[in-house]
Amino acid sequence: MKCSMEWLSEFVQANTDIKNYCDRMTMTGSKVEGFEKQGEDIVRVVAGHVVAIERHPDSDHLFICQVDVGEEAPVQIVTGAQNVHQGDWVPAALDGSTLPGGVKIKKGKLRGKESCGMLCSLGELGLTVHDYPYAIEDGIFILQEPCTAGQDIREVLHLNDTVVEFEITPNRPDCLSMIGLARETAASFGTQALIPTPKVQESERPIEELLQVKVEESSLCLRYSARVVTDVKIQPSPAWLRRRLAACGVRPINNLVDITNYVMLEYGQPMHAFDYACLSGGSICVRRARADEPFVTLDSQTRKLEDSMLVIADAEHASALAGIMGGENSEIKDSTTTVVFESACFNGPAVRQTARRLGMRTESSARFEKGLCPENTMPALERACQLVEMLGAGKVCKGVIDVYPAPVVPVQIPFRPARINELLGTDIDEAFMKEALTSLGFVLENGTVTAPIWRTDIEGDADLAEEVVRMYGYDRIPSSLGNTGVHQGGLNALQLFERKLEDTALALGFDQTLTYSFVAPGEADLLCLAENDPLRRCLRIINPLSEDTSVMRTSVLPSMLRSLSHNANHRNEAARLFEIGKVYLPKEDWTVQPDEQKLLCLGFYGKGDFFAMKGVVERIFEACRMEKITFCAVKDHPSFHPGRCAKALCGDSTVALFGQVHPRVAAQFGLDTETYYAELPVEELFRLRGAEPVYTQLPKFPAVTRDLAIVCDEATEAGSVLACIRKYGGAALEKAVLFDVYRGAQLGEGKKSLAYSLSLRNPDHTLTVEEADKLTAKILRGLSFDLNATLR
Amino acid sequence: MTMQETLRDLQQRALPEIQQTEHPEALEALRVKYLGKKGELTAVLRQMGSLSAEERPAMGQLANQVREEVEKALQSAGEILRAAAQEKKLAAEALDVTLPGNAEGLGHMHPLTLVRRRIEDIFTGLGFQIADGPEVETDYYNFEALNIPEGHPARDTQDTLYFTDSLLLRTQTSGVQVRTMEKLGHDVRIICPGRVYRSDAVDATHSPMFHQIEGLVVGKGVSMADLRGILELFAREMFGENTRIRFRPHHFPFTEPSAEVDVSCFACGGKGCRLCKGEGWIEILGAGVVHPHVLRACNIDPDVYSGYAFGLGLERVVMCRYGIDDMRLLFENDVRFLSQF
Repeated sequence: MKCSMEWLSEFVQANTDIKNYCDRMTMTGSKVEGFEKQGEDIVRVVAGHVVAIERHPDSDHLFICQVDVGEEAPVQIVTGAQNVHQGDWVPAALDGSTLPGGVKIKKGKLRGKESCGMLCSLGELGLTVHDYPYAIEDGIFILQEPCTAGQDIREVLHLNDTVVEFEITPNRPDCLSMIGLARETAASFGTQALIPTPKVQESERPIEELLQVKVEESSLCLRYSARVVTDVKIQPSPAWLRRRLAACGVRPINNLVDITNYVMLEYGQPMHAFDYACLSGGSICVRRARADEPFVTLDSQTRKLEDSMLVIADAEHASALAGIMGGENSEIKDSTTTVVFESACFNGPAVRQTARRLGMRTESSARFEKGLCPENTMPALERACQLVEMLGAGKVCKGVIDVYPAPVVPVQIPFRPARINELLGTDIDEAFMKEALTSLGFVLENGTVTAPIWRTDIEGDADLAEEVVRMYGYDRIPSSLGNTGVHQGGLNALQLFERKLEDTALALGFDQTLTYSFVAPGEADLLCLAENDPLRRCLRIINPLSEDTSVMRTSVLPSMLRSLSHNANHRNEAARLFEIGKVYLPKEDWTVQPDEQKLLCLGFYGKGDFFAMKGVVERIFEACRMEKITFCAVKDHPSFHPGRCAKALCGDSTVALFGQVHPRVAAQFGLDTETYYAELPVEELFRLRGAEPVYTQLPKFPAVTRDLAIVCDEATEAGSVLACIRKYGGAALEKAVLFDVYRGAQLGEGKKSLAYSLSLRNPDHTLTVEEADKLTAKILRGLSFDLNATLR
Repeated sequence: MTMQETLRDLQQRALPEIQQTEHPEALEALRVKYLGKKGELTAVLRQMGSLSAEERPAMGQLANQVREEVEKALQSAGEILRAAAQEKKLAAEALDVTLPGNAEGLGHMHPLTLVRRRIEDIFTGLGFQIADGPEVETDYYNFEALNIPEGHPARDTQDTLYFTDSLLLRTQTSGVQVRTMEKLGHDVRIICPGRVYRSDAVDATHSPMFHQIEGLVVGKGVSMADLRGILELFAREMFGENTRIRFRPHHFPFTEPSAEVDVSCFACGGKGCRLCKGEGWIEILGAGVVHPHVLRACNIDPDVYSGYAFGLGLERVVMCRYGIDDMRLLFENDVRFLSQF
C-alpha cells in the first residue's frame, strides 16, 4: 500500500521526520517497506519562459530558444522539439541539473551553437500524459500551471510529496486506506485523527424514479448501497486528485473512474460505477450467475461463469462480477450521462473463490477477500458523491438505496488485564492498556472492551494483548526463561540412528546431497521399469510448477543419477554422493496419505567398482551392528547391470539393493561412465540393527591357521563356498577369509580356485595339530560332497 | 714370552684391531680369532696346566681380565657398527614428505544438514524434542487446524501444491505441531525440522522445496517473554555471544500476538553491511503466542494453557551464514560446492 503523506496530512499530523515516522509505524505494526521523496532526483530544473525562438542556421530540425529562467538575461537553449513557440512556459533543465534516472545535463554546443541546458518533455521529468492530460508525450511539456520564471519545477508541478510504502498484513484490510493509516498514525504518535463526515447536497430528483435494487443472496452480499448521478460530464480530474492517485500508484483515467479509485484509497472501500444507460430496466439484481453464463469483463476477456459466483445484473444480463471487476457492457464511456455508484460489501471467501476460479485478482477482490466491514459502504458512497459535486461532475439524485438486512454489531470482550500480562509475560499497568486501546478506537466500559466497528480481526484476549503490546513496544517485552521446570529433550533412537548412517556415509567418503522430492513423470521410463512395475504408481500434483516437478518420486535413483550427471557434465572427474531421501508410495486409496519411506542412497562414478560399492554397503551394516547378512545376485532388475547387481538379506528382509546402473539407464541420464548405486531402507535397517554389544572374553589359547585353495566350478559362487566352509567348520572355525581367486589352464576349463585362510580355535585348550587336521579334512569332505569342490 | 706377556700382547693387538673394524663380518672373525674355541685366548688358557698352583690364580685372573676387555671392545664396536648400518638404512628409506597422503577422502556434510544439526543440538540442549511428520499432508493439518479455514487469504500467500482437494504438499511444518499437541496434549516442547513445498518458481532466492524448522512450547503460563528468552539463547548460541534480537509486530494466522524476529547482523555486528543491506539486522524468524483457535482445535483450553511457536527458513540461515548467493546451488549437488563444507 502506497501512502501519500500529503494526502494523509489531511487527516492527521505526525509532527516528526519521515525516517522516524517510518520506524515508529513499523514498530507499531504497520510495516514500512520504504519511502520515496518525489522529485528528489530532479535538481536545477526551473520554469522557463520562451522569449524568442529561431531556427538553427545549420540544421533543419533544431531551434534556438532564448529562455527567461529568472536570471538577469535569458539563457540560450537549443531544442530539437517542434512544439515550442514564443511565449510558451517550459521546464528548463539548467547547466548542472539532474533528471530522473540519474541523467545529468551540462552546457554544450549543438552544431556550433551554445546550449546552456535542455527543455524537458513529460517523460524526461518522470511523468506521463495520465498526470498531465493536456500535454503531449512526443515533445516539450508546455506548462499550463501557474508559474514564474526560475521557479523550481518541483514546486510548479507539486512534486513535493513523500510516498511511504506499507506492507499491510492480511488481517488489517482497514489499513489499506488513508483513513485507516491515519488512525494508526494517530495512535502511534499520540495525536488525534480527524476524519470528516462527507456531506452531499443532492438534487431534487429522487433515486427511486431511476433505480431499483434487489439482493437475492444476502449471505454473499452483506450490504449493497447505491446512489445515482445524473447530468454527468466526463472529463479529466483536477490536478490535485490526479497527483494523489498517481502517488499511490493508480493511473488517473477520468473524473468518474478516478473518484471511485480515490474513495477506495481513502476509505478502503472498493466502489464501482455503472453507466446507467446500459442497465436494462433501470434495475440491479445481486444474484448468482447462471451456470455457463458468458460474461465479458472490463479487460475485454470473455469469462464463463459458474452458479457459485455472484454477479450484479440488470434485468437481463450480468453487469459486474461482484467485488472483482465490472463488465464491458456497462463501462463508463465519454458519452455516459447517468451513473450508478455501487458501494457494497461482499462475502470475502466467496469473492476469493470466484477470483481464483476465474484466474483473476484485482485490487477490489484482494480487498474484499480479506473481509471488509459493511459499515464502511455508506461513508464511502457519501464521499464519492461529495466529490462528484465538488468536481462538478454531475448531479447526485436525492436518496440512497441501501440494502443491509443484518447490520453487524461491534465485538465485545471482557477486559482482563491480568490475562493480557500473562500471555505477554509483562507487567504493563492497566491504565496504559486502557490508554492504548482507547487510542486505537476501542471503548472500555464496565470491564468490557468494545472493538471499533472497522476492526474485523478482534476476537479475544490474545487480540487485545497484541493491540496493547504493539503500542507498548515489542522491544520492551522482557526476556524470561520460563518456570516450566525440567524437560527431557534430545534425539530419539531413530533420529540418532539416522545421524549415524549419515556419519558413516561421510566417513566412507560420500558427499551429502539433497534433491527434490518431485520429479518428471517419465522417470519410470528412463529407469526402464516394466509396464506393471509398482513403482510406476505415483502421486500426481494437480497444479505443478512444471512438468519436471509434477509427480512424487517412488525411487531416489533418478534423483541420484541427475546429481551424478550434473557433476559429470561439469567435468568433475569423480563424484561420490549420498542422500537420505524419501520416496512417496501411494496407498490403494489415492485420497489417503502415502507411505513416506526413507532410503539411504549412495552413488558414484569415476573411481571404484562393484566391490567398492559392496564394501561400502558392508561397512554400513557394520555400523548398524548387523550380522548374518547374505548377498545374492539380482539378474533381472531393469535398472541394473544384469551381472553386477546384488541384494543383501537379513533374514527375509532386503536390507540393500546395489550394483552397477545399467548402461542404457545411465545413458538416459547422460552418464557414459560406469555408475554405481546402492539403496538401503532406513526404517528396515533401524528395525534390524544390532543390539548394544556385550563384551566377549579375549581368547586364552592360540589359534591354528590353515590355508586352503579350493577348486570348484566357475558357476559356484564364493558365497556358497564360504557358507559350506562355515557349515562344516562349526564352532571351532573362528574366521575364514578369501585371499585369492585364480583361474588358469592347469585347473581346466570352467574351473576356478578360491584360496581361504582359516583360523581355528578352541576356547578351552590349544588346538592340537591332529584336531586341526581332522577339522580341515571334514571341511574338505563337506566341500566335495556339497559343491563338488576339491583341494587344489 | 711368558704367559703373562703373551696375554698382554694379545690384548694389545686385539683392541686396536677391533676398533678399526668396519664390517660386522670382520668383527665376528676377530671374535673367533681371539675368543673362539680355537682362538688365541683359548690356546693360552690351555697352557694353564703347565703353571704352578701358586701362579695359576693370578694368571687366571689376568686371562679373565683380558677376555673381558676384548669382549667389551667387541660389544662396543658391534654397537657402533649396527648403529651406523641402521643409520644408512634409514637414510636410504627417506621419503619426500610433501607427496600427498593417500587415505580415502572424507565426505562432506551438506550445509543444510550442518546448520540443521546445529540448531537441533541447541534446542535439544534446551530440553526440546524433535518431532517429525508427513510431507504429504491433509488440508486439515496444514490449514484448517492452524486457523486458516477455506477462503482465508493466507492460503494465497502460500501457493500450495495439491494432489486432491484435501491432500497436498505441506507448505509449513506446522502440521507436525498440531499432530504433536493431539498426541501429547498441553505439555509440549518440540522443534520440527523438515521439507516444505510451495509453488514458487526456481530462482536465486526461491525454490519450490525448502526446509523449515519450527518450534512449539505449550504449558501453563507460557508467555511471549519466554519466547523472547528462548530465542535470545538460540541466537547467541547460533550466531555468537554478542548477538541481539529484535521483535517487530507482524501477523500470522496461527499466532496472536505475532512477531517477526531479526537478529543483529552476524557479519557486521549491527553496524550495517552488505549482508544486512545496511540495516544492521537480518530477518530470520517468525514467531508468536499460539492462537487460541489452534489450541482449541487440539482440545487444549486456551483459558488455562498457552504456548509459543516460532519458525525459520533453513535455507536463509545457511545462505547468510556461508555467504551463498544462489539457492539453486543447494540442490544442484555439485561436488565443487559440497566439498567446501
